[in-house]
Amino acid sequence: MDGSAPARREVVIPGDLLDGHGLKPGSGTFNEGGRIYAARLGIVSERDGLVSVIPLSGRYIPRSRDVVIGKVTDLGPSHWLVDINSPYPAPLNVKETPWMVEFGDTDRYLRVGDVILAEILSVDEAMRVQLSMADRQFGRLNGGQVVGISPAKVPRLIGREGSMVSLVRDFTHVRMFVGQNGLVWMDGDPEGVRHTAHAIRLIEERAPLSGLTDLVREYLESAYGRRAGTPAERDGDGGH
Amino acid sequence: MEGGRGRPRSVMAMEDIEHIPKELKLIDESGIRLDGRRFDELRPVRIEAGVLKKADGSAYIEWGNNKVLAAVYGPREAHPRHLQDPARALVQCRYNMAPFSVTDRKRPGPDRRSVEISKVISEAFASVVFVEQFPRTSVDIFIEVLQADAGTRCAGLTAASVALADAGIPMRDLVTSCASGKIGGVVALDLNKDEDNFGEADCPMAIVPRTGEIVLLQMDGHLTFEEFEKAMELSINAAKNIYEIQRDALRRRYSAAAEQAAREPPPPPPPRAEEVPPPPDLPEDLPPEVDDL
Repeated sequence: MDGSAPARREVVIPGDLLDGHGLKPGSGTFNEGGRIYAARLGIVSERDGLVSVIPLSGRYIPRSRDVVIGKVTDLGPSHWLVDINSPYPAPLNVKETPWMVEFGDTDRYLRVGDVILAEILSVDEAMRVQLSMADRQFGRLNGGQVVGISPAKVPRLIGREGSMVSLVRDFTHVRMFVGQNGLVWMDGDPEGVRHTAHAIRLIEERAPLSGLTDLVREYLESAYGRRAGTPAERDGDGGH
Repeated sequence: MEGGRGRPRSVMAMEDIEHIPKELKLIDESGIRLDGRRFDELRPVRIEAGVLKKADGSAYIEWGNNKVLAAVYGPREAHPRHLQDPARALVQCRYNMAPFSVTDRKRPGPDRRSVEISKVISEAFASVVFVEQFPRTSVDIFIEVLQADAGTRCAGLTAASVALADAGIPMRDLVTSCASGKIGGVVALDLNKDEDNFGEADCPMAIVPRTGEIVLLQMDGHLTFEEFEKAMELSINAAKNIYEIQRDALRRRYSAAAEQAAREPPPPPPPRAEEVPPPPDLPEDLPPEVDDL
């Protein structure tokens, strides 16, 4: 009810008035009677002439160009249905894959239960999603494990320009993909996967904190005896 | 509202109810009620947000002797499919009373009363949630009354509103609810069980505090127009206090999460692989390992 604008980094609650300084309403906000209010719980950010609320919780809602990890749940003669951990099922058409798939031959390429790395090609206003795997970086992920994290915390897990992911990778040497939809796929030696999974949990629990990178580094150093570049036989360079 | 009038188990003959207030003074000459409150006093309200790990959002409320849990899931795919609305999300609420929430055991399962309450609460929330943003989905709200002492629909709605915000559901504002009624000829705020059972009327309402819009309004018993206006005034004033308690619960949850985590030492590293199976907290809908083709 208080009309004052919250200071930056402060948690806002739905219905809070945001002092826009003449900025436009961005995501997580709405305009009513010429004033901007928070539509969801989160942290205010003012960027690119927009006031928006960065969510702290919530389900994954697909956005075009997001890289996601999905699980094939059904197949048709010329498409697969993929569960991308969102309220909307995402079809992947055979045209959007690197393969030349004959009509009705979809199960030779992807089967129910397969995990894929793909990109959201488009989302229309009725929230119909289309996936694409055409680019070289995408494809099926063989083996490995999938763990979940709150989609709102994915940016913390990735870190600035992927710094957090590469920190974890430097220590554990697992192959790892983080989907914007809150699913993380990883594969490597069991010890590395175990520490990676724990580091992910740590990031999820401590996401609101600053100094998260140091915390994760501390954990990994204690787990690997202060060296980046373990496991056991592989010789680390100790260069941290 | 809970128990007395609606519930067949403790039915009294109408004439019993009629003459009880003569012996039992619900409000005395100096304006003090049975539990020591004045006519415009609220029972103590305490809310905690984010109490359930598996729900997308949750809240627990203690409102006098009411104890209510609320959980929110979604937006998620609406089932059954034919209920999906191609233009908007459904807001589906289920209000339920635990068998042990009242003095004689409540027969479990939905009954006429709980179906009605579920419906009015769903509609109250449907008017504040940005349903157009999530076509074909549903937002499911579960309200479980653990202990009832009149005013559980208000308590449940107030808690559910906090749970919705905790779940990150976009909405215009929180919804705040409160009831007023008439006891011993006096219009009073927030009736408890005895006052509700033996009083003359109870009038629960819910508002959108920012705009003052009314999203739920019911009445049990009779009030004159003047009494009704007085009751609404009491409820709306009380709602402003409850709104602050709701907001405080949410702020505590999210700023506390950071502060508390900062104070605690980091959790111990996981035990060695041979001692313990792989981490249990994988998403349920995905198998932990995917076999090669």
